[in-house]
Amino acid sequence: MATAFAPTKLTATVPLHGSQENRLLLPIRLAPPSSSFLGSTRSLTVNSLRRLNHSNATRRSPVVAVQEVVKEKQSANNSLLITKEEGLELYEDMILGRSFEDMCAQMYYRGKMFGFVHLYNGQEAVSTGFIKLLTKSDSVVSTYRDHVHALSKGVSARAVMSELFGKVTGCCRGQGGSMHMFSKEHNMLGGFAFIGEGIPVATGAAFSSKYRREVLKQDCEDVTVAFFGDGTCNNGQFYECLNMAALYKLPIIFVVENNLWAIGMSHLRATSDPEIWKKGPAFGMPGVHVDGMDVLKVREVAKEAVTRARRGEGPTLVECETYRFRGHSLADPDELRDAAEKAKYAARDPIAALKKYLIENKLVKEAELKSIEKKIDELVEEAVEFADASPQPGRSQLLENVFADPKGFGIGPDGRYRCEDPKFTEGTAQV
Amino acid sequence: MSSIIHGAGAATTTLSTFNSVDSKKLFVVPSRTNLSVRSQRYIVAGSDASKKNFGSGLRVRHSQKLIPNAVATKEADTSASTGHELLLFEALQEGLEEEMDRDPHVCVMGEDVGHYGGSYKVTKGLADKFGDLRVLDTPICENAFTGMGIGAAMTGLRPVIEGMNMGFLLLAFNQISNNCGMLHYTSGGQFTIPVVIRGPGGVGRQLGAEHSQRLESYFQSIPGIQMVACSTPYNAKGLMKAAIRSENPVILFEHVLLYNLKEKIPDEDYICNLEEAEMVRPGEHITILTYSRMRYHVMQAAKTLVNKGYDPEVIDIRSLKPFDLHTIGNSVKKTHRVLIVEECMRTGGIGASLTAAINENFHDYLDAPVMCLSSQDVPTPYAGTLEEWTVVQPAQIVTAVEQLCQ
Repeated sequence: MATAFAPTKLTATVPLHGSQENRLLLPIRLAPPSSSFLGSTRSLTVNSLRRLNHSNATRRSPVVAVQEVVKEKQSANNSLLITKEEGLELYEDMILGRSFEDMCAQMYYRGKMFGFVHLYNGQEAVSTGFIKLLTKSDSVVSTYRDHVHALSKGVSARAVMSELFGKVTGCCRGQGGSMHMFSKEHNMLGGFAFIGEGIPVATGAAFSSKYRREVLKQDCEDVTVAFFGDGTCNNGQFYECLNMAALYKLPIIFVVENNLWAIGMSHLRATSDPEIWKKGPAFGMPGVHVDGMDVLKVREVAKEAVTRARRGEGPTLVECETYRFRGHSLADPDELRDAAEKAKYAARDPIAALKKYLIENKLVKEAELKSIEKKIDELVEEAVEFADASPQPGRSQLLENVFADPKGFGIGPDGRYRCEDPKFTEGTAQV
Repeated sequence: MSSIIHGAGAATTTLSTFNSVDSKKLFVVPSRTNLSVRSQRYIVAGSDASKKNFGSGLRVRHSQKLIPNAVATKEADTSASTGHELLLFEALQEGLEEEMDRDPHVCVMGEDVGHYGGSYKVTKGLADKFGDLRVLDTPICENAFTGMGIGAAMTGLRPVIEGMNMGFLLLAFNQISNNCGMLHYTSGGQFTIPVVIRGPGGVGRQLGAEHSQRLESYFQSIPGIQMVACSTPYNAKGLMKAAIRSENPVILFEHVLLYNLKEKIPDEDYICNLEEAEMVRPGEHITILTYSRMRYHVMQAAKTLVNKGYDPEVIDIRSLKPFDLHTIGNSVKKTHRVLIVEECMRTGGIGASLTAAINENFHDYLDAPVMCLSSQDVPTPYAGTLEEWTVVQPAQIVTAVEQLCQ
């Protein structure tokens, strides 16, 4: 399928130090300086907005306005960004994410799940856009807002829902919870509660991939995608990993889901230079900013970034401008965000946008989309039933999995390893 | 687990490596095949996994005479191979190299481990042999490269992460506690993290407060990790190999002042069990539990004590988490008195945990309260005299034993 630009062009045209000449080579138009990217913050005046943007478009990396170019191309040679099958796959994945999260909210308020639950409503385009391009052996690392990343990667809705209910059949046997979704089978490396904590782990997974290729001489093209938010981009671990990833040319893509808010802290109040994509070139990797409410744009950027990583050319930093429709977590009253801002982004709902694209370009019929929605509804309902019916973990599970080798619990006074004590396996022994 | 031999740590060192109070006598240890008895020498004999009894030792008499042997002699082991002599840091390197030869998934990460050969030369020559990716020189970002090691371990590699000084690993505490310790559990057992985190710690020679830290007390509460401390070339190599082969995350504590200890170690492949303690000197009157560098202060005090007529049993606990309650328990049941000598801080240290564990498990067997000698709760001063008073000295150990044995 024809794309708006050849795969190599993006790499070539993202200079390490933005220069005027290179930019002019781009076939893509920039977004206007007063872009809605910075979001609405009441204290920000028009002047300060201009100052922030420097009104100097040459300093920026291109905003990938794929849809505009696609419209142009369409009239030129009638080619689309996706096929019907791909379109349906993307739609189904996003609907799954949305329905699942909505069901989570319901279940939380009904007292079926507890603790901190962070929902992904509104950001589906990022997860679907990236993860649907990955293979099963590629790795994904996420944060506490990880349900949809797990679902996109292939973890079954049943396993995730059970995990949220704290049941044995959960993907982590009920031991992880909402913020720790792991799946060895699907290479979902978590699920981390502290922000920034997962980025070094993702760097390690990418290192593993490079090690396999260069030291073990295996055929390994696996890439790792690390998802994290705007708040994380002020954390030291982020910068340390950008440095190492670029230094060792690791096959990793750093995806910033910039939804402008870290609980109640606006990105603009927390960051000296809010344009996160700029931090990529500072470390020697391309930094790209993309509209994260449009799954097709995200997908195009993701394709290039993933191909780059697979070719061994190193990491990419992708900043996705996105928004969460709900509060930070189900415990967040969400009072600080402007209603106007929420409304603006609600109008850019990624699911509605894809639906519109698919129908306008006559890729699918409305009925097909409806049937997908119905299918997903049933799937999610079934997941809840399954989770409800699953048993809770027994006492004996308490001490399992603390150590991979339970000899690590040591030798008891009687000379036997503690793990051999029958009371131990029942979970009643003192450790 | 085949060929689990441990103990029999025989250490040679010059006194200049110690902050010792007394004499110019050298601790010279003959090899295991040559256990000749000579005056003014002592032999550190080891034991097999707690199944042997030491009835064959010399009985200490409360006499005025100087006892020639501080330690009971073991029968000469004529089947032992000749072995080779090396320094502790070379033993660590040998262990590491052997494991890297054995399993291509074993790799090393740390600052200056590659081209520089390690700041204490533990990884010397490895980068030339295995390449820059297997012996990775990292930038100075402990938190991130420890996390990177953990991520690599989750995806199938077996990294050995070096902290140039253990104190630097405080910067990696987030990754060690949250990820290293917990991910096996929170992932429901799906991911294992077979990392080894190692580095030198302890009070050195006027290195200043921050370079003289003992992190074993900070890490001991983290669930899901094992901690071991090496003290002789024999157990250094054995523990290094066992730690690398273990599926659990293991933190291996080395000591800055012990890197130049010399000992003859076996040629054949061996490992030291991670969960077992080492019987350094069997005895009857009092159990002295120690680890790492304090082992040598204890052994020095033991010489004085033996001359005064006491018969201390010295155990190098080696496994800081979990404690080997079997070896320790058997000893307590025999001697009924316990003295813990450690370099950790008093507050919340390994000794504190060990005291609690002994009181809980062996209370009935104690004739006296458990005494714990630890370092002072002060940041280690730079001045030599002050630094000497921060850590436990042999004279204090002798006094404590005399007090306990009244």
